Amino acid sequence: MPECTAKTNALMPLEVSGLNLDLAGQLLIDGIDLTISEPGVTVIMGYNGAGKSLLLRLLHGLISQTSGTILWAGQTQSNAVRQRQAMVFQSPVLLRRSVSANIDFALKVRGQLDAAWRDELLELVGLADLSARPARLLSGGEQQRLSLARALSCRPDVLLLDEPTANLDPASVAVIEDILKSACAEGVKIIFVTHDIGQAKRLGDEIVFLHQGKVAEQSAAEAFFTHPTSQVAQAYLEGRIVV
Amino acid sequence: MNAGRLCLLAGLLVSVFAAPGTVQAAGKSIFIQSTTSTANSGLYDHLLPRFEAETGIEVHVVAVGTGQAIRNARNCDGDVLLVHSKPAEQKFVADGFGVKRLDLMYNDFVIVGPEADPAKIAGMSDVVGALQKIAGVAAPFASRGDDSGTHKKELALWSAAGIDPAPASGKWYRATGSGMGATLNTAVGMGAYVMTDRATWINFKNKNDFKILAEGDKAMFNQYGVILVNRAKCPDVKAELGQTFIDWLVSPAGQAHIGAHKIAGQQMFFPNAK
Amino acid sequence: MQDGGSAFALAFGLLASADADLLEIIGLSLRVSLTALLASCLIGLPLGALVATCRFPGRSAVMVLMNALMGLPPVVVGLIVYLQLSRTGPLGWMQLLYTPTAMIIAQTILITPIIAALSRQVLEDLHTEYSEQFRSLNVPWRSEIAALLWDGRFTLMTVALAGFGRSIAEVGAVIIVGGNIDHLTRVMTTAIALETSKGDLPLALALGLVLLVIALAVNALVFVMRQAAAKFAYA
Repeated sequence: MPECTAKTNALMPLEVSGLNLDLAGQLLIDGIDLTISEPGVTVIMGYNGAGKSLLLRLLHGLISQTSGTILWAGQTQSNAVRQRQAMVFQSPVLLRRSVSANIDFALKVRGQLDAAWRDELLELVGLADLSARPARLLSGGEQQRLSLARALSCRPDVLLLDEPTANLDPASVAVIEDILKSACAEGVKIIFVTHDIGQAKRLGDEIVFLHQGKVAEQSAAEAFFTHPTSQVAQAYLEGRIVV
Repeated sequence: MNAGRLCLLAGLLVSVFAAPGTVQAAGKSIFIQSTTSTANSGLYDHLLPRFEAETGIEVHVVAVGTGQAIRNARNCDGDVLLVHSKPAEQKFVADGFGVKRLDLMYNDFVIVGPEADPAKIAGMSDVVGALQKIAGVAAPFASRGDDSGTHKKELALWSAAGIDPAPASGKWYRATGSGMGATLNTAVGMGAYVMTDRATWINFKNKNDFKILAEGDKAMFNQYGVILVNRAKCPDVKAELGQTFIDWLVSPAGQAHIGAHKIAGQQMFFPNAK
Repeated sequence: MQDGGSAFALAFGLLASADADLLEIIGLSLRVSLTALLASCLIGLPLGALVATCRFPGRSAVMVLMNALMGLPPVVVGLIVYLQLSRTGPLGWMQLLYTPTAMIIAQTILITPIIAALSRQVLEDLHTEYSEQFRSLNVPWRSEIAALLWDGRFTLMTVALAGFGRSIAEVGAVIIVGGNIDHLTRVMTTAIALETSKGDLPLALALGLVLLVIALAVNALVFVMRQAAAKFAYA
């Protein structure tokens, strides 16, 4: 298993301070201060409605915060910054085109059409034989692998994933986890949201636990799973409901 | 959709627009604004090929009601006007839109109605009396109501009968606001009496049990006139070509062709150019 | 109704004999309506895409207006175009009245709102599906619209079909600006109106059946294309 190495990363560290998101009078993200500076995989965990997906979208600039700042290596979000990030959504959004055309589209909007690189990616995610197949006819696992290949196509420094393996069978989950590990080994910073405690243990170097729009705990993975400091995280790991 | 494809589409569009059929480029041709009865009776199908063979001039016929034809000609959208409402034609010339009005031919109006004939007008030649009987029993009567030559004639006849049909509109007097054919269809549909020119009636195929009930009154005379649209008002008028057409129509040869046009053995129009 | 039976016989007779006049009329109908459809798509699709993807003040008003204009009465469109193209009108110098081009212009005005309003709906749904992914990929606005139009192409075919159906079937606009001139501007619908006015109802009905056959053929073609597309999950 390749180790995530501490290569320099153009977007690290990530510094979030005083982050608020107010939607229709509800404070869904409530004063988050967070610094992520370590390489490797940061897993965001928490109950449903804790604000995990919203935080990921705020970090990627898909939605705008009500107040507070997000700095990637000291820069606020912009097209130039987002250019160095890629995101994979829980349900893959694929164009009504062939497998290879989906990758080509992402490359083309950056003016970096490269058939050899595209084929290499499809090989990496195990879709080389299906490159001419209509993307939306793929199985759920294949679709998510294609999404991941598309995300990697622009050689991102940061990869954001929102429950990428929810609803997938174990074999597909294993393939995707392997790809994430090798991406990580090449120095890509990975931030992902999951509900799967086993997956968090397998992949996570660092855990951020969100509760009701706040950061309840941020610790190294090993410490988090052996001695969670916050009561909500303890309850979560024990499978209890906290109201 | 990429730029190349858009270009292809645009090119296709231009080529379709530029395709032949945009007529003005096609040399010698004129437009005539005409009443419908002449067109529907097949008169133009009989005359125009002969005229074109002799002169090489193509004639495009826009067939609408006389009122509409005159309005279109006032907008300069025609070179020759061929209609049948003498007072309106004279006004058209007096207003400067027409060069000169010439009598061309005539036929007559008839009153047709259902076989049952509720007003008992069958065989009458006194049209005013027939209208009075129709109004007397409030039998349904369909009117063009569209300011056409036939409509104007019908109103004049009501007036001569001393009857104002307007208050009965919607009751027994039914103004369709449509062309002759549509009005005949409507009349047949509701069993209403209706006044029509004889040519249109002979050609009309949806007669059902309708037949000519009143005919032969001198008041039912139907004169057609032809007018060249005035270049002084409408600079784009093709005056020479239009004049050639009119000259041909009123010439002995043209008049003979008009008289020779028959449907089912019946003469449609009687030439009377002076 | 005995007219119905004889109309069927007549319609088949007309088609079987490939009557030259009939073919000319069918050809012009298709040429006018398809050209108007093409022009309407070139105007209406980008317009629909624009309204679907952009948020701007007055957007709701534009949407309501586009929907309302779908109900434009053909006669009114014909009249407006007539007044512009008449020799005394502002565009009279172009000498387009009573030409197929005038008919194409009128039908383009008639069906562009249909294309724009319906494609707006289709593209907005697609936009909702794609927008987060596209923002994530930093897709520029123009590429986004192109992608929406391309990926929505099979659904947009149905939109085009609605426009085509309206244009091939309408009589009010083309009879005013075309004049129903024999061998010049006579199309299927104006020919039907003419035969009806002559009281030749079986012939009018037969022409109507021929029109129906054309509409069926076009619809069947699009249906087959969509089926093929659906098989590849492209639609």
